Amino acid sequence: MTSTTAFWYASRATGIVALLLLTAVLVLGILVSRQGRLPGLPRFAVTDIHRNLSLLAVAFIAIHIVTAVLDTYVHIPLISGVIPFASGYERLWLGLGAISVDLMIAMIVTSLLRGRMNRMVWRAIHLLAYASWPVAFAHSIGSSKDLQQGWMLDLAVGCALIVAAAAIWRLVNAARQVPRAARVAAVFAQHTTSLTKPAPNKPAQNKPAQTKSSRRTVTR
Amino acid sequence: MAMAETLRVNPIQCTGHGVCAELLPELISLDEWGYPIVDPRPVPASLDRAARRAVNACPVLALKLTRSEEPARSGSISSGGTTPRAPR
Amino acid sequence: MTTVVNEPAPGGAARQAAGLPRLLPRVPENLQTHLARFGPTPYRGKVGALIADVEAAGLTGRGGAAFPVHRKLGVVARARGARKVVVANGAESEPASRKDELLLRLAPNLVLDGLQLAAETVGATEAHLYLHGAARPEILRALAERAARGLDGRQVTVTQAPPRFLAGQETALVNRLGGGPALPTFQPPRVSERGLGGAPTLVQNVETLAHIALIARYGPRWFRAAGTDAEPGSMLATVYRPDMKTQVVETEIGTPLRDLLGDGADIQAWLIGGYHGTWLPMPDAAGTTLDNATLRRFGAAVGAGVLVALPTDRCGLTEAARVAGYLAAESAGQCGPCLNGLPRIAAGLAELAGAGHRRQTRADLERWAGLVTGRGACNHPDGTVRFVRSALTVFAPEITRHARGQCSATNRQPFLPLPAGMPTSEEDWT
Repeated sequence: MTSTTAFWYASRATGIVALLLLTAVLVLGILVSRQGRLPGLPRFAVTDIHRNLSLLAVAFIAIHIVTAVLDTYVHIPLISGVIPFASGYERLWLGLGAISVDLMIAMIVTSLLRGRMNRMVWRAIHLLAYASWPVAFAHSIGSSKDLQQGWMLDLAVGCALIVAAAAIWRLVNAARQVPRAARVAAVFAQHTTSLTKPAPNKPAQNKPAQTKSSRRTVTR
Repeated sequence: MAMAETLRVNPIQCTGHGVCAELLPELISLDEWGYPIVDPRPVPASLDRAARRAVNACPVLALKLTRSEEPARSGSISSGGTTPRAPR
Repeated sequence: MTTVVNEPAPGGAARQAAGLPRLLPRVPENLQTHLARFGPTPYRGKVGALIADVEAAGLTGRGGAAFPVHRKLGVVARARGARKVVVANGAESEPASRKDELLLRLAPNLVLDGLQLAAETVGATEAHLYLHGAARPEILRALAERAARGLDGRQVTVTQAPPRFLAGQETALVNRLGGGPALPTFQPPRVSERGLGGAPTLVQNVETLAHIALIARYGPRWFRAAGTDAEPGSMLATVYRPDMKTQVVETEIGTPLRDLLGDGADIQAWLIGGYHGTWLPMPDAAGTTLDNATLRRFGAAVGAGVLVALPTDRCGLTEAARVAGYLAAESAGQCGPCLNGLPRIAAGLAELAGAGHRRQTRADLERWAGLVTGRGACNHPDGTVRFVRSALTVFAPEITRHARGQCSATNRQPFLPLPAGMPTSEEDWT
């Protein structure tokens, strides 16, 4: 195996891993926003792992781009990693990859500057995740013959299904959310029903938090 | 000389994730509905790092470290004014 | 429920010297009668010129917080920035308060004078008037009359407030004026630093502005001829007594409350300061006067001047429970503690007002009261807790009776005024 082939393999391998990591990052991001928990782990772990994996994904993508550039079998200019459609080789598919990377850079930079910027703007940019992943997925399928067959295809499709399921769950959750103007009425209703049962005063950590969205109810 | 800082939570943004209370139990506890009860006194120097970590960890950026001051809430609901702090 | 104007408050000779009534005319004034009585708006011609007079007069806000007006004027006058905003807050929001509405209907020009004078003295570029629907026609007519004569330095934009308890809250007001719903926001920054459109915004109650309009004409010493040394001037109060129709009276600060409310054997308690106010037991509190220095000793405050004398034939507990239910329903639902705590507190109080209650309820109520205080973006939970706690204290004997399935009330008619229904959709807040 020549060194160039090694670069090519490395690029494809890091690409797959990046796709897996990005899938995990997106799912964890949804988990954070829904106040979900990973079994056996404290609450802050969900946020921490989400952030750490996103940085890890960026590292893998960086290697993925650099190794693709270093491979001399085809000429891919370095800037095509971030400038869409700047590559002669597989202009469209690599272009999509660059777009996805650009979105990711925006998300990560704004997240690093979270404390100093407008919350609404941060949130709007962070929602670009829902655009970034499908674009990355299209890039993966389109630019790699390996991914279009066999176990790699299964893997990629599996990731897509996971992301789709998570996104749908997120949408359903948002739709079920009690609108602000109806929240007080919901608490009234909820509280009156629980009055008919004896209500021992459990310490807070044994009781799931009753949030404003009223999606969880008091322990029965 | 380090400026004394206090932790404050924006109760409108807070949705009760509870991450802050996990990371800083010395100063933040959760009420029976999952919302943070924040110690209003200045953060001791020994907990400064943990406090910053908690602020950073809040998924909705509801927790803030501010210069030590009287909490600013308006004085009355009905058609009137506030109790502004005296100008510096 | 008719509102009678200008019932002579007691103390005839003293009132003459103090020059009462000051704000409320006997009949609604139009621009002509206003100018004949008061003369033209006494503009000073420069920024900040009125502040010293207002400070010397010792005028405090009449919207409920009783904050020194000159301080707020100073903050906004000194603020940097090309844009500054002044708002006349006539959205009294408290269902039991009628004074702002009456003032706007009877003496709109005094309020509008005060608005223009305040705008001049802080260097405002924009002026707004925020009010509920009732006085709108009179205000619009007054504005048209003034515009025809070119009296106003700044054009006034009139915005209607939704019928919400929180609509008159400063930050909710700014939100509404900005086109959004009347929902409070978290402070800092204060609206006097960053308010409407990010500009320093002066929000003053309409009665306060009317007093400013008079101070500008007659000076601080005239203003201090009424009231007490510490709390000078006159104020408008909305008075509820069992033997009379509801009244808005103008009275000196420091007036004995028994003169306004009566303290006969038919009164079981007074409510001072409206639905975020405090219940006072009778006859223990019969000697109190209408000023914060005295009321503070009973844990009460003048607030926006809503004064109620609850007759003995009603059930104080039931009245309190009704109001608590209303206050809970009027929560903005933005802050977890308020959203979760107030409905539970209301339900707990309703349980006490029923026949028999669980032993746990008293402890629950006290715990929830402690949990919501100071943990909202605005003072709604705090005011509600003040009201509820004082009710639990003053009506403690009634709680015991209800626990045994009895009630001392002979009249089941509600006494305290409350609007029907609760807000259910976003439109209810705009």
